[in-house]
Amino acid sequence: MSSYLEGIIILVGINIIAVLGVSVLTGFTRLFSFGNAGFMAVGAYTSAILTTKYHTPFIISIFGGMLVAALISFALGKLTLGLKGDYFLITTLGFGECVRVLIEFLDPITGGARGYAGIPQKTDLTVVVIAVIICIIITRNLITSKYGRNIMAIREQELAAEAVGINTTYFKLLSFTVSAVFAGLAGALFAHYFMFITPGMFNLDKSAELTITVVIGGLGSITGSIIATTILTLLPEILRAVANYRMLLYGISVVLIIILKPNGLMGYKELSFETIKRIKDFIMRKRKEVMAR
Amino acid sequence: MVNGISIGGIYALMATGYALIYSLLGFSNWAHGDVAMLGAYIGFLCVASAKLPFYLSCIAAILGAGLISIMNERLAYRQIRKNKAPTMFLMIAAMGLSVTFQNMVIVFIGPKFRTFPPVIPVKAIAIGNIKLGVLDLISLCIVLIAVILLEFLINKTKFGLAVRAASTNLNTASLMGINIDYYIALVFFLAGSLAGAAGVLLGLKYTVYPQMGNVSLKAFIASVFGGLGSVRGAIIGALIIGIMEVFISGFVISGLRDLFTFGLLIAILLFKPTGLFGIEVQDKA
Repeated sequence: MSSYLEGIIILVGINIIAVLGVSVLTGFTRLFSFGNAGFMAVGAYTSAILTTKYHTPFIISIFGGMLVAALISFALGKLTLGLKGDYFLITTLGFGECVRVLIEFLDPITGGARGYAGIPQKTDLTVVVIAVIICIIITRNLITSKYGRNIMAIREQELAAEAVGINTTYFKLLSFTVSAVFAGLAGALFAHYFMFITPGMFNLDKSAELTITVVIGGLGSITGSIIATTILTLLPEILRAVANYRMLLYGISVVLIIILKPNGLMGYKELSFETIKRIKDFIMRKRKEVMAR
Repeated sequence: MVNGISIGGIYALMATGYALIYSLLGFSNWAHGDVAMLGAYIGFLCVASAKLPFYLSCIAAILGAGLISIMNERLAYRQIRKNKAPTMFLMIAAMGLSVTFQNMVIVFIGPKFRTFPPVIPVKAIAIGNIKLGVLDLISLCIVLIAVILLEFLINKTKFGLAVRAASTNLNTASLMGINIDYYIALVFFLAGSLAGAAGVLLGLKYTVYPQMGNVSLKAFIASVFGGLGSVRGAIIGALIIGIMEVFISGFVISGLRDLFTFGLLIAILLFKPTGLFGIEVQDKA
């Protein structure tokens, strides 16, 4: 396999992991976060510093990044998830910006705004594919478990969910932490693939991009998120001319989708082997009808 | 201090826009900062390319930003409102608009930083020991006029009465015979033109560039700080944040300015979740 193709698959994989995190949070719990790029940054910087400065094995650095992201998200969630309305969103947004400013400020440790270089390239195709598969399985199991039913109840109506005895704050906190862990993992893989990271890579635009991908793919759909990530990552690669217009297309399509098809491409539906079989059966049946005529 | 107040004033112009729209529709209009950015660009292009006189360009920027704001509402928000979608969808749409505008400018005008031609003298007037920038004084005056006008509009006119009624409860207001679509459009125009004015002032003070709308984050924080949906709170919050920022970059460390702002935000939310002058936010069942 050419290294170009490999690179693209790795990029898609990393994006899928980050988007899955947002999908759990926004699509299934209907909590809006603008801080996920911040958690990616936390994961990326923690793991990069661990491998480069302390020479820890790659796997341990990844887990280190995830752990730090989890701890921070837990603390932040604990503080702010009791807030109602848009206030939670605002604090995550503030958090994302704080992370960026702090990284720029802690120059001796993080390299400041110039970036952190010299990270060994450890992320390869196998690692990413395994990570993606594990993440998809974890997300799927989470969503189909009792936890999934609870967070979806929160999504549909928080007051009612609370009334039937669901500890909404607890489950929101759980969702938030899961999404941060995924973001941390994506960040760690990202750092060890590109070998160079700057705080600018994890700014507000990145957070917006993640959320937009989930919206386009469909809120409350794992496969939708995966398909949307793949398409949106591949599109600028296939159509080089479009690359400049990529974010413009993102913006326009998200507005159109919200107006015309608020549930996104695959909202609340999953694509499974059965669906594919059903589509195949349908096509076969049609073909037979045509032949019979 | 004056510098702080003038920055705070610019934030206030934008923060009131957030507050107005939040009080009416109950969502945070993420595209608001980009309306200000577009306003700044309109002003800049009028002055630099079309060589129009500065004051005409300002008016063009303010009207243009107002119209863009109305257009946002007409094209995106109104439809979503008619779909009876949750307010989160309004917010996502606003985010999409924000991304669209920023990249539209990058693609069609270019990502470069641009400076306004020197239309206002940069020199400072000394009063006693204090030096005051002319630009700071002018922006202060504009902010004051805008704020007083706004207060008058909201508290003394029929338009204000209708808006206040609509912000209490949209459905009831429409049942009482208020044409809410019309008033919502007007409020969007008002908010947009304030943002346009803020954009031009920001552009004069610093530079004009596609991401300058992100400054509205500060304005947004100001409106949260003062209490979402409260115009007066937004103005006071904006002034506090503006002054604080100038003091921290002057006396502490300029790199940590934003950290303090966000830290203050989180602290306020923890101790007084509705902001200084906020109204209770409640999930509508």
